[in-house]
Amino acid sequence: MAYVAIADRDHHLHDPDTFITKYIWSQDHKVIAIQYAITAIFVGVVALVLSLLFRLQLGFPDSFNLVDPNQYYQYVTMHGMIMVIYLLTALFLGGFGNYLIPLMCGARDMVFPYMNMLSFWVYLLSVIVLLASFFVPGGPTGAGWTLYPPQAISEGTPGIGGGIVLMLVSLAIFIVAFTMGGLNYVTTVLQARTRGMTLMRMPLAVWGIFVATILGLLAFPALLVAAVMMTLDRVVGTSFFMPEMLSLGRELDYGGGSPILFQHLFWFFGHPEVYIVALPAFGIVSDVLSVHARKNIFGYRMMVWAIVLIGALSFVVWAHHMYVSGMNPYFGFFFATTTLIIAVPTALKVYNWILTLWRGDIHLRVPMLFAIGFIFTFIHGGLTGLFLGNVTVDLPLSDTYFVVAHFHMVMGVSPVLVVFAAIYHWFPKITGRMFNDTLGKAHFWLTLLGTYSIYLPMHYLGILGVPRRYYALGDTDFIPESVHTLNSGITIAALFVAAAQTLFFINVIWSLWRGPKADPNPWKATTLEWMTPDTPPKHGNWGPELPEVHRWPYDYSVPGEAEDFIPQTEPPHAGVVAGRDHGVEH
Amino acid sequence: MNISVLFAALGGAILVWLFLLQRLKTKPWLEQGVIEAGGAVNAAPQRVGLWVFLAVVTSLFGLFAIVYNMRSQFPDWRPLPDPGLLWVNTALLILASVALQRARGAVAREDMGALKPSLMAGGVLTFAFLGGQLLVWRQLSSAGYYLATNPADAFFYILTGLHGLHLAGGLWFWARAAGAVQKGLDSRPVTEAARVRLSVTLCSVYWHYLLLVWLILFGLLIST
Repeated sequence: MAYVAIADRDHHLHDPDTFITKYIWSQDHKVIAIQYAITAIFVGVVALVLSLLFRLQLGFPDSFNLVDPNQYYQYVTMHGMIMVIYLLTALFLGGFGNYLIPLMCGARDMVFPYMNMLSFWVYLLSVIVLLASFFVPGGPTGAGWTLYPPQAISEGTPGIGGGIVLMLVSLAIFIVAFTMGGLNYVTTVLQARTRGMTLMRMPLAVWGIFVATILGLLAFPALLVAAVMMTLDRVVGTSFFMPEMLSLGRELDYGGGSPILFQHLFWFFGHPEVYIVALPAFGIVSDVLSVHARKNIFGYRMMVWAIVLIGALSFVVWAHHMYVSGMNPYFGFFFATTTLIIAVPTALKVYNWILTLWRGDIHLRVPMLFAIGFIFTFIHGGLTGLFLGNVTVDLPLSDTYFVVAHFHMVMGVSPVLVVFAAIYHWFPKITGRMFNDTLGKAHFWLTLLGTYSIYLPMHYLGILGVPRRYYALGDTDFIPESVHTLNSGITIAALFVAAAQTLFFINVIWSLWRGPKADPNPWKATTLEWMTPDTPPKHGNWGPELPEVHRWPYDYSVPGEAEDFIPQTEPPHAGVVAGRDHGVEH
Repeated sequence: MNISVLFAALGGAILVWLFLLQRLKTKPWLEQGVIEAGGAVNAAPQRVGLWVFLAVVTSLFGLFAIVYNMRSQFPDWRPLPDPGLLWVNTALLILASVALQRARGAVAREDMGALKPSLMAGGVLTFAFLGGQLLVWRQLSSAGYYLATNPADAFFYILTGLHGLHLAGGLWFWARAAGAVQKGLDSRPVTEAARVRLSVTLCSVYWHYLLLVWLILFGLLIST
């Protein structure tokens, strides 16, 4: 039987003909991707503003009085939760996953378009429920983004009324949305690739998103279990996590529960979550580097296996978030070991990125700048991760600004730089227009230098022992005056970086209307999404016939070729084979 | 620790499967030309989607089982009585699974006469199972075992409730398939009839899976 791509086996692609089916209740993966991205960026901006409010308090205590201690905790909590889950997870998988998987694999759409549409609307519902907690009596929860019981639902923590319940419900809804999307991404990658697109011919962006989705599908249930049980503890009065305790001099009805059990569940989700965000970023950055360095990615096969290995290992490192919870030393030893082992495939990826740049024909365009910026911030954040992965080093640094600096470097700044790299890289394809180069470059330099001036000093604060989670440091003996000065400086840098992001929004909006028309393949890339007959791609992506894949996605600067790139759709021809025999790629 | 062992096993299985699917020694940079069907499983996307979903549900119930195990070690754990009705319900669910297996066989043989009664029986028995579970809940609560009485009670309600919810979700797909079969498949376009047949097959897979989950949960619940 002749091969028929699954996307073409039965024709139940819906045909959008009205405004509503085209742009609102759309089942087209590209529209859903944009809906996901806009929603995620919107909540991300909300979380950014929250961080500015509490940064003003930290940098200039007693001067602005914008937040009281309760609001401080609430804003910190919401900032963390939104950034990790509702922005980064949703943007990388719901946004880029949706946009890139079908286009890069050569499919017409996701395999379950209707469920894909539901996924976005359920995600939107989770965002609305989350934001609704700002408007209930008592406000949103202030338990910290880790929501540790018993304090998350005990008297004295802000938002133990509606706030914590709405947070838990919103997380549960988000997990449902993610599962519907995730089933689509995995099944599409497995079953809907076009003819010739083997797994080992997929661009690394798809590999990263694919493995991250598998991680999410297996890890989010742990958060769901924890959320369900904590909701019952809070609403019904069960004692899953709540120990026998006195609260404000009063004995509570709870008894016998285990707060540590919650921590295990939370971090069993929480650590893979780091890689749910990081793996798509790894993949995307690999592609951007390769395209703009005009060189094949160094060690493609190694890169794929590193992604898979990191994904598998990420399930056995979670307790390194719990070194101070009083664990058995052997337990800590085990988790320190696995944590350091995961650094091996991660470092391998970093070396391969650098070796990809080595003697490349580097074009310092805006996406490339962001990708290179990512290498810097990721190395930086990764190295401090090695510090914290060791139990003995972690104990004194735990709960200081060193930890805050570490995870913002590795999981805040790094993925966000990749988000910008990806937006600038695919903007011409998504919108059909070019962005403004000068504004983009200004945006990059202000963001990179600005974020460094926020987080580099924070490491010093942490080594001094300045604790995190304090509303105001006050006059404490071990904290010198210079810490206050540094804190003010960090806040000014944060305001500066936030202001610099307006350049990005101005650029995007201006370019949407006034940007010059984009070439279908402005970066001269090889992958399938640049080969669509229309730019931006129309519904169904490929016109009457699906593309056929004849080669891997990194044929750049092949010796003996006229052009410095060969699209994946290009059939083999004599010149290439001859060139390869003398090539450097063996 | 047992969580890590379970997930290492699951991750290992995925790794092995990837190894089998795609030769590790592939050198994609040297291979040119079309390679046929690299890595796709020869199955309908719905079937693959269902298996991926079952992996997610396995993770969910597996984690609940582990947490149950850990929490039941604490001194305040007071086991609740095992209502005899649970055995009846278990029998009903086994019968439902058998009926759906027969429906699946009928689909495979294209025996539409046998399909209708076994498909109906499968659904009805499932409804009976869910009704029986509700009855167990009532028996327990009238005997004074409420959700918040003891973690053992709370786990009983959560686990049975969660399992019931998954079955109820399955019943939605069953109802769509059963409705289509009732109206008759012959008058429908070929692709749509094929989809209904696939749907019956997938229902049986899902029911067997939930039966397995139930048997494990049942064992867990009566063992403490």
